[in-house]
Amino acid sequence: MSAGNLKSRHQQPTPDDVEPGDSVRPGHPVQVSRYTVAARINHWVTALSLILLALSGMALFTPSLFFLTGLFGGGQWTRALHPWIGVVLFFSFAGLFLRFWKANLPAREDGTWLARISDVLRGREERLPEIGKYNAGQKFVFWGMSGLIIVLIASGIAMWDQYFYAFTSIEQKRVAVLVHAVAAVCIICVWIIHVYAAIWVKGTIGAMTRGKVTGGWAWRHHRKWLRELVGTRPGKRPPTPAE
Amino acid sequence: MTNAWTDIKNTDLVVIMGGNAAEAHPCGFKWVTEAKATRGAKLIVVDPRYNRSAAVADFYAPIRQGSDIAFLMGLINYCISHDKVQWDYVKPFTNATFVVREGYAYQDGLFTGYDESKRDYVRDTWEYEIGPDGYAVVDETLQNPRCVWNLLKEHVAIYMPDMVERICGTPKDAFLKVAEMVGECSTPTKTMTSMYALGWTQHSKGAQNIRGMAMLQLILGNIGVRGGGMNALRGHSNIQGLTDLGLMSNLIPGYLNIPTQKEPDFTTYMSTRAFKPLRPNQTSYWQNYRKFFVSFMKSMYGSAATKENDWAYSYLPKLDVASYDVLRVFEMMKQGKVNLYFCQGFNPLQAFPDKGKLAAGLAKLKMLVIMDPLQTETARFWEDHGTFNKVNPADIQTEVIQLPTTCFAEDEGSLVNSGRWLQWHWPGGSPPGEAKTDIWIMAQIHLRLKELYKKEGGTFPDPIVNLNWSYKDPGEPTPEELAREMNGSVLVDVFDPADPTKKVLEAGKQLSGFGQMRDDGTTAGGCWIFSGCWTEAGNMMARRDNSDPGDAGMFLKWSFAWPANRRILYNRASCDLDGKPWDPSRKLIEWDGTKWTGYDVPDIPPTAKPRDVGPFIMNPEGTSRLWVRKMMRDGPFPVHYEPFESPVANVIAPKVRGNPVARVFPDDWKTFADIGDPAYPYAGTSYRLTEHFHYWTKNNHVNSVLQPEQFVEISEELAKEKGIALGGWVRVWSKRGELYAKAVVTKRIKPMTIDGKTVHIVGVPIHWGFVGAARKGFTANTLTPFVGDANIETPEFKAFMVNIEPSTGPVVA
Amino acid sequence: MFPPIPNPSVASDAATPRFGEKDILRRSASEVTPPAQRLTEVAKLIDVSKCIGCKACQAACLEWNNLTEEIGFNHGVYTNPMDLTPDTFTLMRFTEWVNPETENLEWLIRKDGCMHCEDPGCLKACPAPGAIVQYSNGIVDFQHDNCIGCGYCIKGCPFNIPRISKVDHTAYKCTLCSDRVAVGQGPACQKACPTQAIVFGTKDEMKDWAELRITDLKSRGFANAGLYDPPGVGGTHVMYVLHHADTPSIYAGLPDNPRISPLVDAWKGVTKYVGLAVMGFAAAAGFLHYVVAGPNKVSEEDEENAERLADGTPPPAPPAGLQEGRTP
Repeated sequence: MSAGNLKSRHQQPTPDDVEPGDSVRPGHPVQVSRYTVAARINHWVTALSLILLALSGMALFTPSLFFLTGLFGGGQWTRALHPWIGVVLFFSFAGLFLRFWKANLPAREDGTWLARISDVLRGREERLPEIGKYNAGQKFVFWGMSGLIIVLIASGIAMWDQYFYAFTSIEQKRVAVLVHAVAAVCIICVWIIHVYAAIWVKGTIGAMTRGKVTGGWAWRHHRKWLRELVGTRPGKRPPTPAE
Repeated sequence: MTNAWTDIKNTDLVVIMGGNAAEAHPCGFKWVTEAKATRGAKLIVVDPRYNRSAAVADFYAPIRQGSDIAFLMGLINYCISHDKVQWDYVKPFTNATFVVREGYAYQDGLFTGYDESKRDYVRDTWEYEIGPDGYAVVDETLQNPRCVWNLLKEHVAIYMPDMVERICGTPKDAFLKVAEMVGECSTPTKTMTSMYALGWTQHSKGAQNIRGMAMLQLILGNIGVRGGGMNALRGHSNIQGLTDLGLMSNLIPGYLNIPTQKEPDFTTYMSTRAFKPLRPNQTSYWQNYRKFFVSFMKSMYGSAATKENDWAYSYLPKLDVASYDVLRVFEMMKQGKVNLYFCQGFNPLQAFPDKGKLAAGLAKLKMLVIMDPLQTETARFWEDHGTFNKVNPADIQTEVIQLPTTCFAEDEGSLVNSGRWLQWHWPGGSPPGEAKTDIWIMAQIHLRLKELYKKEGGTFPDPIVNLNWSYKDPGEPTPEELAREMNGSVLVDVFDPADPTKKVLEAGKQLSGFGQMRDDGTTAGGCWIFSGCWTEAGNMMARRDNSDPGDAGMFLKWSFAWPANRRILYNRASCDLDGKPWDPSRKLIEWDGTKWTGYDVPDIPPTAKPRDVGPFIMNPEGTSRLWVRKMMRDGPFPVHYEPFESPVANVIAPKVRGNPVARVFPDDWKTFADIGDPAYPYAGTSYRLTEHFHYWTKNNHVNSVLQPEQFVEISEELAKEKGIALGGWVRVWSKRGELYAKAVVTKRIKPMTIDGKTVHIVGVPIHWGFVGAARKGFTANTLTPFVGDANIETPEFKAFMVNIEPSTGPVVA
Repeated sequence: MFPPIPNPSVASDAATPRFGEKDILRRSASEVTPPAQRLTEVAKLIDVSKCIGCKACQAACLEWNNLTEEIGFNHGVYTNPMDLTPDTFTLMRFTEWVNPETENLEWLIRKDGCMHCEDPGCLKACPAPGAIVQYSNGIVDFQHDNCIGCGYCIKGCPFNIPRISKVDHTAYKCTLCSDRVAVGQGPACQKACPTQAIVFGTKDEMKDWAELRITDLKSRGFANAGLYDPPGVGGTHVMYVLHHADTPSIYAGLPDNPRISPLVDAWKGVTKYVGLAVMGFAAAAGFLHYVVAGPNKVSEEDEENAERLADGTPPPAPPAGLQEGRTP
């Protein structure tokens, strides 16, 4: 918990989905800071690791993609690097987790959001409840990634024969490779959803490149969060829809 | 071996007792698996441990080490009382019918004539009754109570199955099962083979162990036949050649004797070697002794051996004691009576009993010369290796010279296998570094000695300066030259006495066999039994034709077997009295009406008529001997004697300790644990493992991988009693020394009940020492007692008493 | 006696054929057209009932393959080393077993090593093209140039055979001496075996030979003697004659019914295809969605609303009926 958070406590408890560094700067358009530099670096290290893991993992997963080992200097290098990248991913993602877990706790509106998933897919956000920093889809990605990474690192270690051969039985290793493969497919699907959502929802990518989104983006997709941010600005009470 | 390795495939029953063929002779063991697979042969293993041979046996019976004679006499007793006797064989071909003279008796473990103070017998009464015709008296009806058969019956009567169980610890039903299977082989169409090795020889009554089985085989009619025989599995490659060539202090090549002090001249020497036949018409082949001896002397001393100087008889040393066996030599060494010890291809510090005593002896030498292809513990006895060899080098003044030699794979020559085959071999590689052949080293030493004797004279230089040394390169005689010399050659033309124009033997030619040897100095031959190995036809040992007429397993065109290329000794006994094979399907030779023919070289003059000449032509009787006259020091019949260290007193003769005539040096008595000594409660035995060969292969990486570290084997019961863990360290100690090793805790060893007392066995494999590639270990012979067989002084490695406790392992200082 | 295999010619011009591409029946992570003409199937027959555990095979294997195993320790048993390693392709395993029927001790000695399955699990699991090949005579061989050291073969193997070297990170196991077999010889272990407990020939010959052995064993009271040629892996090119073929597992854990683990089948089968399909579907769905639904853009109105909110001017309330989730 950051000092900023403590400070804001004096007035009002900060909502879960307002993260350190989140802020609104009035203007034209309004600029909303969504991710700090550290968070962005953390994200991109994770993203790069995940991509490399996907590529190297897919190379070992199916012969039709074995050619991808060429990207890593051949089969031996791929085999040797993949688990280490996994370790990087694990710790990098752990950083993201610590940053984002609170904002990804379930909220009441998540149920409605999910119930109206067809509206989500059609982009009819006016029919959706006001959403905090993350909508249920983003939370699904977050928790999905978290869970799958745990599964992948655990099963990965069980099959990392170079160092951990002696610690598991062959039957356990077989379970591990199967679980690893299934989890990897899942995480890649989650990743596809994540990336696609970023592409589909225009104005999103800037959050992770420049750290900022426009006020309109926040209004459209994360209005509750925007209201909270406005409300937490010094000297302002957050206006609520009930007012 | 009376037979050959290849002949074992012809058997119906293999009895492995006193050995562990699968473990120590895996290559030869193929013929056992062959007999099992193709003939349906059965395999019995009798051993203190369920060993590798037992793993493929049809029946395994446990036995306490050192109790084999009780078991074997029990089998003979069983065969006699159940009429499992091949009578048509026993009556004509053994001395069962011979009558023993009055005065011979056996009682309470001793035969007549025992002198306790000398630990020896006066053996005069141990002879046949000689009739007025000068021949031994026989009773073909076997009615005479003093005929050998009746004496034998009486002698073995005590060894009933209950007694066998009491002495040997073999459960009665297991013993009876073995007896039943063995007894079946008394028919002429079933044979049994005995495969034994150091498990029988390395006892204070080793020779009698072997006799016990030989007697049983004779009763079953299994000597001289295909698939039968007494088959000694020799321990070293070429150890058979060692004994053949007389590399023992009391022998000269071909099992001739070194004279003793009682035989100062040639006439006296020959007077006890007349070997007059004891029955009419018998060959008594040793009557040719003089021919072999004179030819040997001509080979040794050439023109210096003449009729006038009794073929240089005076050159030969005359023994003042029975033999200078290694035990005696080390005893003398310890007493400071040996200055220089030449140790050629030999590692006595590891290979002989009571390491402490051996090391003390070596430390008293002025000089020790080691000739070996490998680094040995003996060569390094003065080096401090912590617990493994705790010495202070500063206290040892012995000068040690190591002369690296070639190994068998780097030089040319012949090796004699257990089946008496002399197989020529060629070098497979070049010797490393400065290694030289043993021949080169010995020749160089000889030439220098000869020079010194020539220059300086000396008390008696003649045997050295006159030694025949007519090699092309005196500095390095070739293996071919030595082999040709061993075979023998004609020195002077010999003409037919009936027709002086007819040349019988031509000077300069190789002899075709020992039949051509003469006692007039016209022939030379280094080792009569090897004669025929390198004839005018060339090197017979190098033959590699594996044709096998009749699928008989004889392979007469493969290498050369002594004597006379004969593959089964006493093979005349494979036929009945009329010369017809006992088992036509296993014909070996047969009488075709005019001569003996067949698959093997007949062990009888080819035209000797069947009912005339007995099959055992080396014996003056013409028969084999169930009762061995006075030819063995410890009795004409085997008697069960306990090992010198044993858990119980001798059940059948409580007053007799050990073998009553085995030699014990006075100082050594106090190094033996008392009978039933509670401080040393467990019966120890030492043995070999298949992964290693003696103390050689621990120098080899691969062998060291396969069996890296010293261990001892104990039963699960003993481990539980002493709190010893599988793979944990233990300390094992006898009254003479201690060792540390890992514990192999196994179901394959079981505690035994001996005379009502529980006896645990501790198995001690021997292969580790303080040099080599394998993990450092202790010589197993730290534990073993310094006493040997009464006849041939083979040490009692197989039975001794120890104690054991869990340990944290050796303290490596 | 099984007829010994004659020594090869030592003439300098003697041909030295090796197995080539034309003889490959299966190749890991690759599609190959099976050869039109299959080589005669070979097999090694290990007759446990003839084995004396002398380890000559183990020594011959080390020597022929030029392997340097470590000098280990004694662990209270005769088995040494304690397990197969990248340098120990074959290992004598010793089991002391008390036959419950006879109460007799039996010392079961089994030569462990690659079974050269007709349906090799290692090859199935291997992700590296050509790291494992199966020749049309049945020999399953590792090609170390192609091996990436992932250890999937270990998971694929129903017999726990391959081991990864810590030195060059590739997988090792018995080659059935494919280099010797290619020149008409038997494997080194077979050559060294003193008791013909190991024999080598065509698979048919070996089965016939095994029949003779089984008949002999049955005559000695081993009613359950039999051949171990497990159908679960399509049969093997290393077979055992067992005295107790009804319970292979008493021989130091020889699998009773070996087959490629269903987990491995699932992993290398359905998971691979379904996984690829699911990932492809996800990507395609995204693409289609974009095409159909178009981009989700922020409108001018949104921006204005945001500005108003930031300025403290209340923006319009959301449409009624959408607030039930958040109304206190």
